[in-house]
Amino acid sequence: MLNIIWLLLLVSGIIVAALNGNIEVVSQAALGAARDAVEVCFNLIGIMALWLGIMKIAEKGGLIQLLAYLLNPLLKRLFPSVPAGHPAMGAIVLNLSANMLGLGNAATPFGMKAMQEMQRLNGGSDQASAAMCTFLALNTSCITLVPATIIGIRVSCGSVDPTEIVGACIFATCCASTVAISLDWLLRNLTRPERRKQ
Amino acid sequence: MILKMLDTVSRWAIPFLLLAIPVYGFLKRLPVYETFVEGAEEGFYTAVKIIPFLVGMLVAISVFRASGAMDYAIQAIMPLMQKLGAPAEVMPLALMRPLSGSGALGLATELIKIYGPDSLIGRMASVMQGTTDTTFFVLTVYFGSVGIKRYRYALLTGLSADITGLIASIYVCNLLFN
Repeated sequence: MLNIIWLLLLVSGIIVAALNGNIEVVSQAALGAARDAVEVCFNLIGIMALWLGIMKIAEKGGLIQLLAYLLNPLLKRLFPSVPAGHPAMGAIVLNLSANMLGLGNAATPFGMKAMQEMQRLNGGSDQASAAMCTFLALNTSCITLVPATIIGIRVSCGSVDPTEIVGACIFATCCASTVAISLDWLLRNLTRPERRKQ
Repeated sequence: MILKMLDTVSRWAIPFLLLAIPVYGFLKRLPVYETFVEGAEEGFYTAVKIIPFLVGMLVAISVFRASGAMDYAIQAIMPLMQKLGAPAEVMPLALMRPLSGSGALGLATELIKIYGPDSLIGRMASVMQGTTDTTFFVLTVYFGSVGIKRYRYALLTGLSADITGLIASIYVCNLLFN
């Protein structure tokens, strides 16, 4: 699916640019985006290093495992393939909590840690495991209790009640999460991992 | 009240973690600084590992946007979205949201500035921005960091959640604010 979407984005973009007679836009956009992508990754390095360092202390001290153990009754339903008390669970909890609090910067490194732990269980395959798909379904549709950025923009534009949208956001996210979790469950049980292509 | 509390929690969360975890490690007799550095080392490799994935994805999205192909896509879904009760002005934001975080934030800010934060359009833009995440970015970065190339059904689930969030945002805004 991703292969098709990626190709579609590129091909339709280039065709439209050609038909509109501004083909030079394509090269500008492509080269600019390639540079931006590296910048995004470089900006991540420091934040990643900070939180992965802190995570290491929590992990070696047994804090992550404790967190995973405490939330196991809930997590084992969502992630049946991850063993109880596995560090992946602890990282998942931290990622989702950070997401809910609107701490995007801290959420990403926690999420990477969770992915690394799940990749270990996945045997280093280049194909997503069921647990990863569930985690990302939760992550992308996760409730943000404090949508800080958008509230900030509303404040700066002189809103009478900048936080009035929070209830609506929570309602809409709950709908999204419900669909994500049910669809993930359905697809997990209906599909099988592809065989490795030679 | 609850919001004020949540706001305080999110303000204190990072300092709290930075305090609690190292102190906890120290009490557990860990060499805290050495352990920190050992973990931090992974930060660089993880970030670098994402580069090829992100370059691929951002280039495709950027070409799609800049060429004007995205505007045609917006025109195509316009009648459907208007049936759902969305003003034409929020269309570009709706389509941008799963593709590009910074792009969506820019569009939302513009809509809030032009139409005012307390107009229907301004509120709808706020809710859309506050509801869903940038699915393409999240999948690219998270899968990229561990070298996953085949996403299976993850993209389908993520995009279905986005569409649901979008429709729910339109519905709830019309209900509450119109």
